[in-house]
Amino acid sequence: MRTNKKQYDKMVKNTSPKSRVVRNCIWAFCTGGTICLVGEVLMNVYTKAYFTIGDARLLTSITLVGLSAVLTAAGWYGRLAKRAGAGTLVPITGFANAVVSPAIEFKSEGLITGVACKMFIIAGPVIVYGTLSSVVYGIILFVKGRYGL
Amino acid sequence: MYIKYRRPVAITQWASVVGKKEGRGPLSGKFDEECGDDYFGQATWEKAETELQSRCLSHLLHKKGIGRNDVELILGGDLCNQITSTAYTMRTIGAPFMGLYNACSTMAEAMIAAACMVDGGYTSNAVALASSHFCTAERQFRTPLDYGGKRTPTAQWTVTGCGSVMLERFGKDAFITAAQIGRVVDLGVKDANNMGAAMAPAAAETLKRFLYASGTDCNDYDAIYTGDLGRVGSDLFFHLLENEKISIDNHTDCGCVIFSFSQNVQSGASGCGCGASVLAADILPKFENGEYKNILFIATGALMSPATSMQGESIPCIAHLVNIKSKEEAHKK
Repeated sequence: MRTNKKQYDKMVKNTSPKSRVVRNCIWAFCTGGTICLVGEVLMNVYTKAYFTIGDARLLTSITLVGLSAVLTAAGWYGRLAKRAGAGTLVPITGFANAVVSPAIEFKSEGLITGVACKMFIIAGPVIVYGTLSSVVYGIILFVKGRYGL
Repeated sequence: MYIKYRRPVAITQWASVVGKKEGRGPLSGKFDEECGDDYFGQATWEKAETELQSRCLSHLLHKKGIGRNDVELILGGDLCNQITSTAYTMRTIGAPFMGLYNACSTMAEAMIAAACMVDGGYTSNAVALASSHFCTAERQFRTPLDYGGKRTPTAQWTVTGCGSVMLERFGKDAFITAAQIGRVVDLGVKDANNMGAAMAPAAAETLKRFLYASGTDCNDYDAIYTGDLGRVGSDLFFHLLENEKISIDNHTDCGCVIFSFSQNVQSGASGCGCGASVLAADILPKFENGEYKNILFIATGALMSPATSMQGESIPCIAHLVNIKSKEEAHKK
């Protein structure tokens, strides 16, 4: 071949269409915003129903996760996410989708080796690095408090 | 490696079965069966792909008017780990079987090997087949089906489909006269969501070597089909050939014809079943009605695995070429 790797890399970059960043951002903003709006409404409903702020926050998260799980099982969440991108990925509903979708997918491999083992193949890193960063943050806070920095 | 068969090997029958989305595409009505249920009445996706292959073989044997005991050899494969879909199909067929894997170029690979067996006189008939299923490929190579992810504009949609052909010594419509066994080519593409770009150099390399070995140029053919380069890969294929001073204006990519782009397939289609089903549903019937006399079918395959992709390896690719001619062209002195 007369084309070398460097030249080909350039050709690939020129030929491959780029993601439509502006359109994707608008979709992400609108859907992500809508999900947050639903969360805000739920929060208001729960506080009006005489739950404490702490409980209302918890219940809002639980409801959103539940909704996302149901919509994932119905196949709607994935369909929306194709357009919404980060709009459905970033809120807590995206995390629920990342847990529920492999659980459904690998059900055929059994409840232990399939559902339970594969449930965290996508969400696992979030948990691992989420926990790790909270430990690091905790140490920083501890050191700061101890030495009054 | 260039192969010129001693005698043209006849493609005496062909069959194709596809899923729901393919059945709604531009080639709707041309397949032997377009199943509205991607599960094909089965409980798991793996069983569905096995059922898809079984149905395709049944159509082939039915059209040919022979029973499964009359099949002397089957060569084929699919995209699942350890090509289980094909192996499990063969469990019920009971014919001598050689499993092949060269990713999406498996159909051409199977045809080349099967034609060698027939031409060598080792068997009086041989079946070549290949299949892919969107759902088995997706869970193996990418993410769970219901996971909400956005596909990149260069991504390709794995075809749910199976194509099969019957090769024999004598026939009337289409004949395999020559082939080119491809070499593994890797120009450093690492993006598993841009398979067309990874595979285009392999296709260009194989075509270039075939044209050189056969002493022909692109204009000698009614059409030159590639398996599943998609839009991006097809553009790159064109540019690569341009660099080699080869002009091509009769190129069609199977990955660009099986779906319409309004079907949300980004760069186009991919998978073993893409080339195989388009070959059986659209290309070979054109030999039957006399539209084609001489074509090239170049199936391309990306030979990576999820593990090699995650380890940051680039994607080695391969392309195998089959030259198919009409009876009069094949037997021309």
